[in-house]
Amino acid sequence: MRLSGRQIDCIRGGRRVFSGLGFEASSGEVLAVVGPNGSGKTSLLRLLAGLLVPAGGSVELEGGEAELTLPEQAHYLGHRDALKPALSVHENLSFWRDFLGGKAGDVGQCLAAVGLGHAINVPAAYLSAGQRRRLSIARLLVVRRPVWLLDEPTSALDTAGQNLFVGVMRDHLAGGGIIIAATHTPLGIEARELRIGGAT
Amino acid sequence: MTALAALIRRDIKIALRVGGGALIGVLFFLTVTVLMPFAIGPDLPLLTRLGPAILWLGALLASLLTLDRLFTADHEDGSLDLIVMGRTPLELACAAKALAHWLAAGVPLIVATPALGLLLNLDVTATSAVALTLLVGTPALTFTGMIGAALAVTLHRGGLLLAVLVLPLSIPVLIFGVAASQAAISGPLPFGTPFSILCALSLVSLVVGPFAAAASLRHGLD
Repeated sequence: MRLSGRQIDCIRGGRRVFSGLGFEASSGEVLAVVGPNGSGKTSLLRLLAGLLVPAGGSVELEGGEAELTLPEQAHYLGHRDALKPALSVHENLSFWRDFLGGKAGDVGQCLAAVGLGHAINVPAAYLSAGQRRRLSIARLLVVRRPVWLLDEPTSALDTAGQNLFVGVMRDHLAGGGIIIAATHTPLGIEARELRIGGAT
Repeated sequence: MTALAALIRRDIKIALRVGGGALIGVLFFLTVTVLMPFAIGPDLPLLTRLGPAILWLGALLASLLTLDRLFTADHEDGSLDLIVMGRTPLELACAAKALAHWLAAGVPLIVATPALGLLLNLDVTATSAVALTLLVGTPALTFTGMIGAALAVTLHRGGLLLAVLVLPLSIPVLIFGVAASQAAISGPLPFGTPFSILCALSLVSLVVGPFAAAASLRHGLD
């Protein structure tokens, strides 16, 4: 499986964020998108997730399921955790498992895997920022998607959480997945760097 | 289908829990209806004549109150991004959300109507006529209101804009809803005529609403 972008232009609010951007990532590879604030890291991820329309260029996924689009084969982990405060941890994750569909795993196991096994009945409103992030990471585990688009995935995670996440990413890569991550801090995993915007 | 059922279940659950919209809508409906007799005075025949219109206005405003959160809540916490990305067509997801909203916020209004009819000096026939018109008319309010709710998300303006956008669209529903109730109470029109037009309005909005809302959400992605 190979994800590639060619000559991508992105314009937001009349401002050219980046242009002529090209990249490539194959199965088992991490592409770390780095650059200063406002250089367009999040824009690139949202563009790949189909949430922004590129002003030019093309994105292609080879070797995926032919009848599905890239966004339908991708997980997007953004700044916002997509959790409902009124629902419990278990209900939040079960909803995303049922809604996202495809190959799905066991909710309880995934919660245990991210260290939330003790809190399954707690409403999401009472979770800390780090716990919310862990719950979002559980979403990556409960439904299998080959492409992961991660926006600052390790923000708010403690050291143990970061180590746990490295393990999660390694498992995904070993299974032939692709990870595109926008980050300021090292991911703790060997990655190809894609530098955008600002001083190079 | 599991995806849509999950979406409906989730939205209803959220609406029924503390801070959800279902109870707020009914309380607002109750408040508006209870205030009217105080404003109009103890003129029982006048109350009877105005009753259906008051109930319909109350239901319209109550459903507008809760429609505001239909998409903004999902937009703010990032859920909307994932719903747009998902394998379920966005039109169906919008329809599922509107259906959940109607079940959680619209049906309680209809259930509350008989109790509120008492306050407006409506007899059993009149109350059941209003309840029946609300039953077929409130889906139209929800599904046309959904278009406004989607626009409000993409324009980053909630609340007031929604009211300005949605209320003009609800005028036909209001006209035929009240007309059908009046026809059942005092005539001279047969009940069936305005009632079938009301049904038609609901069916049209069931078809147009999800497509318009989905188009607005897609177009306004940012």
